[in-house]
Amino acid sequence: MAKNYDLIIIGAGSIGLPAALEAAKRNASVLVIESEHGPGQENNKKAIGGVRATHSDYGKISVCLRSIEIMKSWHEVYGDDIGWMSNGYSYPAYNPKDAQTLQDLMKIQHSYGLNIKWLSPQDYNEIVPGIKQEGLEGSTYSPEDGSCSPLLMGSAYYFHTLKHKVEYRFNEKVIGFELSGDKIDTVITDKDTYVAGTVINAAGNYARQIGEYAGLDLPVYPDNHEAGITEPVARFFGPMVIDMRRAPGSANFYFYQNNEGQVVFCITPDPPILGIDNRSTSEFLPLCSKRMLEIYPRLRNLKVRRTWRGQYPMTPDGFPIVGRSREISNLINAVGMCGQGFMLGPGMGELLARIVFDELSDSDHRILKSFDPYREFTGMEAFK
Amino acid sequence: MKELRLKEHPILEVPDYEYISFYFNGEKLPARKDEMISSALIANGINVFGHHHKDGTAQGIFCANGQCAKCTVIANGIAVKSCMTKVQENMMVKSADGLPELPETNDPVEFEPIEELETEVLIIGGGPSGLSAAIQLGSAGIDTLLIDDKHELGGKLVLQTHKFFGSEEDSRAGTRGHEIGKLLAAEVMEMSSVKVWLNSTAIFVFSDKKVGVLKDGVYKLINAKRILNAAGAREKFLRFQGNHLARIYGAGAFQTLVNRDLVKPTERLFIIGGGNVGLIGAYHAIQAGIEVVGLAEAMPSCGGYKVHADKLMRLGVPIYTSHSILSANGGETVESITITEIDRNFKPIEGTEKTFACDTILIAVGLDSLAEFTLEAEAAGIPVYAAGDALEIAEASSAMFNGKIMGLTIARDCGVVSEDIPQEWYQKAEVLKSHPGKVKGYQNHKAEEGVFPIIHCLQEIPCNPCTTVCPTNSIHTEDGSLMAVPLYSGSCIGCGKCVLICPGLAITLVDYRKDVQNPIVTMPYEIMNYPVKVGDELSLVDVEGRFLLKAPVVQVIENKKVHTAMVRVQVPRELAKQVVSFIVQDASVSEALPNAIVAERASDDAMICLCERVSVGQVRELIRSGITDLNQIKAITRAGMGPCGAKTCEVLIKGLLREEGIPVENVVPNTKRPVFVEVPLDKFPNGTRS
Ligand SMILES: Cc1cc2nc3c(=O)[nH]c(=O)nc-3n(C[C@H](O)[C@H](O)[C@H](O)COP(=O)(O)OP(=O)(O)OC[C@H]3O[C@@H](n4cnc5c(N)ncnc54)[C@H](O)[C@@H]3O)c2cc1C
Ligand SMILES: Cc1cc2nc3c(=O)[nH]c(=O)nc-3n(C[C@H](O)[C@H](O)[C@H](O)COP(=O)(O)OP(=O)(O)OC[C@H]3O[C@@H](n4cnc5c(N)ncnc54)[C@H](O)[C@@H]3O)c2cc1C
Ligand code: FES
Repeated sequence: MAKNYDLIIIGAGSIGLPAALEAAKRNASVLVIESEHGPGQENNKKAIGGVRATHSDYGKISVCLRSIEIMKSWHEVYGDDIGWMSNGYSYPAYNPKDAQTLQDLMKIQHSYGLNIKWLSPQDYNEIVPGIKQEGLEGSTYSPEDGSCSPLLMGSAYYFHTLKHKVEYRFNEKVIGFELSGDKIDTVITDKDTYVAGTVINAAGNYARQIGEYAGLDLPVYPDNHEAGITEPVARFFGPMVIDMRRAPGSANFYFYQNNEGQVVFCITPDPPILGIDNRSTSEFLPLCSKRMLEIYPRLRNLKVRRTWRGQYPMTPDGFPIVGRSREISNLINAVGMCGQGFMLGPGMGELLARIVFDELSDSDHRILKSFDPYREFTGMEAFK
Repeated sequence: MKELRLKEHPILEVPDYEYISFYFNGEKLPARKDEMISSALIANGINVFGHHHKDGTAQGIFCANGQCAKCTVIANGIAVKSCMTKVQENMMVKSADGLPELPETNDPVEFEPIEELETEVLIIGGGPSGLSAAIQLGSAGIDTLLIDDKHELGGKLVLQTHKFFGSEEDSRAGTRGHEIGKLLAAEVMEMSSVKVWLNSTAIFVFSDKKVGVLKDGVYKLINAKRILNAAGAREKFLRFQGNHLARIYGAGAFQTLVNRDLVKPTERLFIIGGGNVGLIGAYHAIQAGIEVVGLAEAMPSCGGYKVHADKLMRLGVPIYTSHSILSANGGETVESITITEIDRNFKPIEGTEKTFACDTILIAVGLDSLAEFTLEAEAAGIPVYAAGDALEIAEASSAMFNGKIMGLTIARDCGVVSEDIPQEWYQKAEVLKSHPGKVKGYQNHKAEEGVFPIIHCLQEIPCNPCTTVCPTNSIHTEDGSLMAVPLYSGSCIGCGKCVLICPGLAITLVDYRKDVQNPIVTMPYEIMNYPVKVGDELSLVDVEGRFLLKAPVVQVIENKKVHTAMVRVQVPRELAKQVVSFIVQDASVSEALPNAIVAERASDDAMICLCERVSVGQVRELIRSGITDLNQIKAITRAGMGPCGAKTCEVLIKGLLREEGIPVENVVPNTKRPVFVEVPLDKFPNGTRS
């Protein structure tokens, strides 16, 4: 006899773990199936830990605002240290055009009540001392954004889900569904089969494959990103710094100093490197260190400690795909988190629980419009 | 202040150094020009280089090899590894207390273009295996690049001042390690197709088939068609209370300080581990005038060669078998050690604790192959080979052999050479790495007349220079093999060549020709820092250091070339064949303190990750909650996230998992990622994408 659960979540990552906790808090029986040997071992642990609410649309802003609340109060509510810091985000502009784009966007962000301001080059130098002043037009600064450790966050979720009796099957891969009518009857893995009331597809890189098992075509295409971390040093600058300019080989790049004092950095390859390949390339370090040192020479003596590679599970328009499937009524997709799955995770976990248990509010419906699986995918986010 | 430097050494030459000055925390100190900051500090009696940012505990030298960052100091404003950074005239050195401040340097960074090089074969590591392979590749005229992160070729051989085992023809047995290194290096330098880069560290073998190398501080990329991993091994560490104290380190670090840098890092040393590395470490210490308080070995007998252990016991160093370390005691640095007897399950036996005053503890509990370059090359799809310790932990003699085999294998795979690899090479490589075999009794010498050697080498080991050196061909191993014990039969002329060449110092001559009742015994002696002259009363001992009698020296013949003397005594016939050597270290050195210091038995306070200060207890708790994935343990505790890159804690955590009864196959190892050692961001040149 296959075991029966109220909810089966495929993937114990940035999305699956929070979803499991929120569902389990409602006393649902929850099973999480994860092909890796432990929680958070795919892209969750690859994230560099940046968390911001300063996006450009209602969906992302609302979910991330909630994520920030959860992360910020985590220590108080749950007792564990997840390394949260309200260190803010900043987008320095090194040409008038970028400055204009950013300032236009700020108007939208203000209309959503977000705390974001424009700093003069001198003021920016106060929070990022020694940043290149030449050509600097100014910078956005959103002090309530922040950062925390994806490793600690993932583990914290995991341990709290265990307390709430969530069950896990690690080293076990979902390889298909048995459908009956418009429902998933059984979830089939390489080791066993399980019966579920509802299934959440939170399979990150492999979301498309899981969709196919249910006859869906989910446009999720992972692309590769490398990141690195340095030795820790005494705190010397505040916010996440995002340089949005393109340069040969790369689009934007970003870095911040985490709660341990280590500088974490990441670059977006241009053109993107599609596919899944976690091996490190020789190009990343020279490419990324050059761009960082160009705008921030002070980093020159900082020693790189480790680099790694992971994927953004991308969608054509840069927005996640979240919602109940029309074709398969007990399947909820929560996929295509792009480069923001970590920051979306906690808020998304709560939203997913509300979808599962039919508790959606008006605001939720509005949020879900941004992530509508049945949208055209033609738009482009003003600012990724 | 007294300078803690070796002014003389029985084996090594102490050159005349030029001195410069530098400052440590404001105090002006002397240093030798071009020495590492760490050695300059230690020579000035400074062993605490900073305090850990997590718990404020003291840190000092640990690996002396650029791998761990525990020796970090602030030199002219920049945090550097003091063991890898040369001291400079008037350098301002400060201790690294807490997190270092990043210097304010706002000048733009210049980016040099990135240099990429092609080579047919890249050899990572210039120790005996890498050098031996290079000789084969060079002879075949194959374009080869050999890189080594040190300033000198030879790998671990550079640090070995003792005579090597093996056979003369195959591995230059009887020659001292550092000399073998020089001979191999000289041969490689003759090879026109082999390029050698010193001071060049391989950082990673990347997926785009390029190897990142930091050469003299400049980052380069190597496109190699084939890679030989000859990068050696790293030392294992142990879990015990107080294992984070400053002045606890491995044999490699110790030998680097003493034999390479000629500093005297300790007055009183205790050694954990009775393998060859620990035994030899003790011997090197005594040659550097350091008191060796004792050596503890967990097994009922030492795993190293018996001749090594015997040699130590004869000098007066106690070896405590079935003993392990319970704690290192002290405030910031080691003040004493507590050892305890252990039962068959390695559990401490209460009431057997002994505490000894010492200032340094050397941990020599085995080596672990440096396998990452092999794995990385495999993942990148570059044909890769391994030799020496990187392939399998063994002796240098076997490293030379399998280096040779791999060199020829690569030459064949390149299609340049077609000759088969001689079958006997494989056999020799196999024999040379053999563990010691049976212990036999003494040969029975009936006739007590004339002159002949007594061979006190009673354990089967792969070594036979005594058989090849004898001019009258009077020494043979039992069955002619390298492993078997040597026996004397024939016509000794008393030349003493066997006495001088034996790496185990395990051959004496007994000469009855002058006085049958009181024959003259000739003993080899290498510790001229404890001088011996005619007339000195020696406390003569048998093979394992048991006291026999006192007798005066009748003759000392020094052989400067081999740094070995022959010391002669005249002793009664009944004891002559038992006399092997004499005590040099006074028994008072090894006395235990009247009361053992036994801390509460909270072994879980020991550190399992020194870099991030993670305790054994923290990790044990996770294991007990069912977590057996090293990546997850790392994510939760940060164990393995520090500067050394899990090089130390990985083995310790695996050991703990074993102790907790987790089968190896359930343990998920750490994912290895770049970079091999930390590299400052501005070392990376102009980068673009291809
Ligand atoms: C270098 C880098 C830096 C980043 N930085 C940030 C950042 O600063 N902030 C931020 O918000 N985001 C960041 N991200 C993005 C973020 O990591 C991802 O968006 C997020 O982790 C995606 O979450 P997920 O739950 O969809 O996927 P994952 O966390 O990858 O979880 C999916 C899980 O599903 C499992 N799975 C897949 N298929 C199956 C199957 N068939 N059966 C069972 N299990 C399956 C996988 O093993 C995996 O554990 C970064 C990403 C990278 C690569
Ligand atoms: C205390 C001690 C005593 C010993 N006594 C004996 C003895 O009596 N007889 C005997 O036969 N053997 C002895 N050995 C063993 C012998 O020294 C080793 O087995 C032998 O040196 C191994 O040779 P190798 O070429 O594999 O590695 P190594 O000699 O270790 O050489 C490897 C080289 O690679 C370099 N390297 C490592 N990583 C990198 C990198 N990333 N980039 C560039 N270079 C790198 C290292 O610095 C080193 O120079 C002893 C060893 C020790 C530690
Ligand atoms: S002691 Fe210098 S790096 Fe380890």
